[in-house]
Amino acid sequence: MEFKDYYAIMGVARDATPAQIKQAYRKLARKYHPDVSKEKDAEARFKEVGEANEVLRDPEKRAAYDQLGKGPPPGESFQPPPDWGSGFEFRGAGRAGPGEEGNSAFDGDTSSFFESLFGAGSGRGGFGGAAGRGGFGQARPRQGGEDHHARVIVDLESSLEGGTRALTLSVPSVGQRTLNVKIPRGIQAGQHIRLAGQGETLPGETKAGDLFLEVSFAPHRLYRPEGRDLYLDLPVAPWEVALGASVPVPTPGGVVQLKIPAGSKAGAQLRLRGRGLPAKEPGDLYAVLQIVLPPADSDNVRAAYSAFAAAVPFNPRTSLGV
Amino acid sequence: MAQRNENSGELSGPIVEEQEFSLTELCSICAVQETQVVELVEHGVIETHSVTQWRFNGDALRRARISLRLQRDLGVNPAGSALVLDLLGRIEALERRLRGST
Repeated sequence: MEFKDYYAIMGVARDATPAQIKQAYRKLARKYHPDVSKEKDAEARFKEVGEANEVLRDPEKRAAYDQLGKGPPPGESFQPPPDWGSGFEFRGAGRAGPGEEGNSAFDGDTSSFFESLFGAGSGRGGFGGAAGRGGFGQARPRQGGEDHHARVIVDLESSLEGGTRALTLSVPSVGQRTLNVKIPRGIQAGQHIRLAGQGETLPGETKAGDLFLEVSFAPHRLYRPEGRDLYLDLPVAPWEVALGASVPVPTPGGVVQLKIPAGSKAGAQLRLRGRGLPAKEPGDLYAVLQIVLPPADSDNVRAAYSAFAAAVPFNPRTSLGV
Repeated sequence: MAQRNENSGELSGPIVEEQEFSLTELCSICAVQETQVVELVEHGVIETHSVTQWRFNGDALRRARISLRLQRDLGVNPAGSALVLDLLGRIEALERRLRGST
């Protein structure tokens, strides 16, 4: 198992005061919060920071963690010492209430390092990791099991055509379960499918919670979905944009001919109405023009380029003043 | 309701964002108390469809969930989360324009 240096993750010294840790956590939480961050790996970093904060903000957990020192030498696997945890009393799992200041955002989806030290499920309820405990901190008192939330990645075709996909969810303390789920046609990234009765089942309770699946799409070979619209990079020859042309374009419904107006520029977006994700008001497909130059790899082409250069007095760098 | 097809074990359910919700349903989905949702309405984080009988659309659900996460994770208050949501919307619109003009 990999040792986690929570001080390095938080960017604080080992003798940092609680105030410094709180400050560092707030700054990093803002930076990596998945709802606002554009950072790469924001979600993974956010979880890591949440886990580090969970340990360092708690005097007992921090003291216990500090006893481990700086971990094993690089490359060596970490194992908790046999006398781990003796003499320390950890607070119970206590779920945090929403809006409670300074709380770490923490779900059941902790690293195996954390779990080996503090036990699985000692995190708080929270932000929807794969089938992590759902909701926002405190579950509202209700009868029956709790709702669960999970993120799933499906192929774009499942939204374009509809269809059933086998989705594997990891459930803390249960392991994995696979569900055959019918993907509603036209579903967009970020939208949720609600599967009633597939959430938590409590012994003795008749009503199970619901399972909410947040859908995102695996990268597609051709199309980039945005809401209900699709974007497609369409390679075109210089003369096709200069003179205008009718070119074939792949769309989810099949190939169509697209008229490129004369004088179009690179990056121009040509709309194919109704060729996006299906819906009552279907999305559009935007073809983004990418001008591609023929490689000058034969005498013919080189001669053509030379003739073009001789015929056209053209300085592409006038805007640079040279 | 999710339906279980006995033959294939296939599950199906609606797209949450395309549904309308009552106050009770919204609370249940977000796993919060009614007072918290009322607070979101009072601060303009989310809007109701009808004034007499509260109904919420999918966008309200999306905004409510983000707001509740920001409140929990970053210690933002409801008014602050409304500001964040509005600014995120503006950034998104600007990014769309930026992509359109290149």
